[in-house]
Amino acid sequence: MSTQDNLRGALAGVRIADFGWVLAGPYATMLLSYLGAEVIKIESRRRPDEQRIAHRAGFSEDLEASSNFLEVNLNKRSVSLNIATEEGAALARRIVALSDVVVENMRPGVMDRLGLGYSELVKVKPDIIMASISGWGSTGPLRQYTAYAPCFASFGGLANLTGYADGEPNTGTSAMDARSGTAAAFAVLMALNIRQRTGQGQYIDMSSCEALNSLIGENVLEYVMNGRSPVRQGNQDAIMAPHNCYRARGEDKWISIAVATDAEWDGLRQAMGDPEWARDEAFASTYGRWRHRDRLDPLLQQWTVQHDPRELTELLQKHGVPAFPSYNAEELFADPHLRARESITEVKHPVLGDRLAVSPPWRLSETPAAITKTAPLLGEDNEYVLCDLLGLSQDEVARLAEQKVVY
Amino acid sequence: MSSGPMSHLKVVDASSFVAGPYCAKLLADFGADVVKVEPPQGDEARRREPFAGDIPDPERSGLFLYLNTNKRGITLDLESAQGREIFKRLVAEVDVLIDDRSPAEAERLGIDYESLRKLNPGLIVTSVTPFGRTGPYREYKARHLNTFHSSGQGYLLPMNSPDKEREPVKGAGFLADYDAGITAAIATLGAVFWRGAGGTGQHVDVSKQHAAMHLEKSQLRRYIDNGESPDRTGMGRLLETLVKAKDGLYVVIILSSEIQWKGLFEAMGRPQWGAEPPYNTQAGRSANYEGLRARLQEWADGLTADEIFHKIQSCKSACAPVYTAEEFVNSPQIAARDFLVPLEHPVAGKLSYPGRAYQFSNVEWRGERAAPLLGQHNGEVLGERLGHSPADLVKLREAGII
Repeated sequence: MSTQDNLRGALAGVRIADFGWVLAGPYATMLLSYLGAEVIKIESRRRPDEQRIAHRAGFSEDLEASSNFLEVNLNKRSVSLNIATEEGAALARRIVALSDVVVENMRPGVMDRLGLGYSELVKVKPDIIMASISGWGSTGPLRQYTAYAPCFASFGGLANLTGYADGEPNTGTSAMDARSGTAAAFAVLMALNIRQRTGQGQYIDMSSCEALNSLIGENVLEYVMNGRSPVRQGNQDAIMAPHNCYRARGEDKWISIAVATDAEWDGLRQAMGDPEWARDEAFASTYGRWRHRDRLDPLLQQWTVQHDPRELTELLQKHGVPAFPSYNAEELFADPHLRARESITEVKHPVLGDRLAVSPPWRLSETPAAITKTAPLLGEDNEYVLCDLLGLSQDEVARLAEQKVVY
Repeated sequence: MSSGPMSHLKVVDASSFVAGPYCAKLLADFGADVVKVEPPQGDEARRREPFAGDIPDPERSGLFLYLNTNKRGITLDLESAQGREIFKRLVAEVDVLIDDRSPAEAERLGIDYESLRKLNPGLIVTSVTPFGRTGPYREYKARHLNTFHSSGQGYLLPMNSPDKEREPVKGAGFLADYDAGITAAIATLGAVFWRGAGGTGQHVDVSKQHAAMHLEKSQLRRYIDNGESPDRTGMGRLLETLVKAKDGLYVVIILSSEIQWKGLFEAMGRPQWGAEPPYNTQAGRSANYEGLRARLQEWADGLTADEIFHKIQSCKSACAPVYTAEEFVNSPQIAARDFLVPLEHPVAGKLSYPGRAYQFSNVEWRGERAAPLLGQHNGEVLGERLGHSPADLVKLREAGII
């Protein structure tokens, strides 16, 4: 490996044909691109990635002004190819023939109908790794059902475990989609490692419901072992107390405090200046604190509410107590620790301008993960992909553009 | 040695509780040769419920059992010089070490990356810590609750709160710890791939805070868009609503587009609503939302969650029941995909575990062993692999090192 290779990342030389759209698929390939894979996003004006146009308020005409799209398509190249045409699909197969990995998250069966199913792709690239991400997987009675992130968070069991004990379940944010993409990225990397050893490719059929359920395994086992299904408990823990988010000074400011041991409890008492109420025998043991947590929480909050959450964090950490504010976005982007670690970085975009963004979530000492380019404009890399990689002439590309195959 | 596809990869899992062990489990569940190193008193997870049969016992913790499938286990007291010596010999001959000690703690024990790479230059060390190994918070303590809230995810939950009167909450179970674990596994596999292609060992530094924050980037960017932090009263994403079915289960119904509404009205037996005012436009539905919601709930009152689910989905609209563990485990979909993997454990018995969410066409191996008993493989690993004689092992046990 030359120096240049490791600067290109751990997956230097790996090429991914990306048919992903919306969130889970694009998120998966973006993680892989951080590690150095070359990702070619295949999209078109006929069916642009929904994230390019969808906003909370409705739809936008401008395909290049979506920060939502930018966030999950960093580092990628874009070729605009109408894969609903035969010629477009044939060109897509030629891209796959030069790729190592294919990722898609359309409804099961759609890629097959386009002539881009695994059975076709494996003919043009025998050791291709293809990952299909869907709500329920491509087999089983629910394989054709439609899923958005709230659906797989619900079916997978996470929504039931999120929210106040006396409130409704909560389906969470778009992070649920990103979790599905994360699981898919892991699966692709596993397949790449297996291929490196055996030379064999892989078809990966991933169920987002199952991927999310994997993240609450002990709750599933509670039912398997004891016939009981756990339910949501707010911030509470099964054995620790205090264990909650407490109001701090300022508008909608909160601090999370999690005390497990007597030493941590003593640290908390010291930090508070050993108030009378905390000397109560009822709070002297872990079990006592847990049993009386409904009485303990408001007493503790009378103290926390008087203090700035960051100052309180510093004080409590000094006393060995696990504590941290419930950060909002503004606090995250300004946080000195995250800034010092370069967990926040700047991304330039021709339409959206210079923006702050969260950087790749790992530091690798020899093959740094990096954002090397901004999200692509639609078709930005047509020449690279169609001429340089596939060897088409400029005239040929012009003809394809006229026929809206390149579109 | 397992017959799984990654059986060539030797891993030491020196971590505890959720994040590090989950990272190692993800590798072990593909057959990697993972040796879990526990302190003599065992991984903290062993002391957490749920316990099989409600009998508190370090060999019956569902949390530990789930997170340590397909690993072998040894005990080693790293506070003793001899324990550290054995640990170093073990690490000297493996490919990957997964550790979750703070930088100061790893240095104190002499098992930090810089020390270990001298013994094994090809070693990949993956460190999973609350705030990463650099920066002002590197020695801060955080449990899952703190990690979840430190990432910006907590502040957004429960999503769609009516106001900000109540506190933000954490995600399900130990969600952010699992997030950190799988995030770490991705980078670890990247490092393994690079080394396999001719690269070297390296150090992978994973901050749980950063890993969880990254998952929330699609919401956090709204602050960059307009200078306002999104909060739990805002829409996290698509429009959706919950209804409660007659069996007490909730159903989430997606209402993000015209097509979704049409399918829903059809499922309700009111297809005409999609064509007539006021419900045929988004503005009309918004203006009459209370009434519409009431009619939706009235309809749901007469049906089970699964009936609602199938009715709406068969009209090509998206929805899903809010399942508890029970309904999930008993779902025909989960059975059809063989998602749950049965494993036999000498104390906890035969249990079905959530398996791999991704079916690989060329991987048949699905795992072969339940989590290790405390110190179960001391003889096998320390004896056979490191060459300790049975007499040595007795001495080590007497000294409390294993």
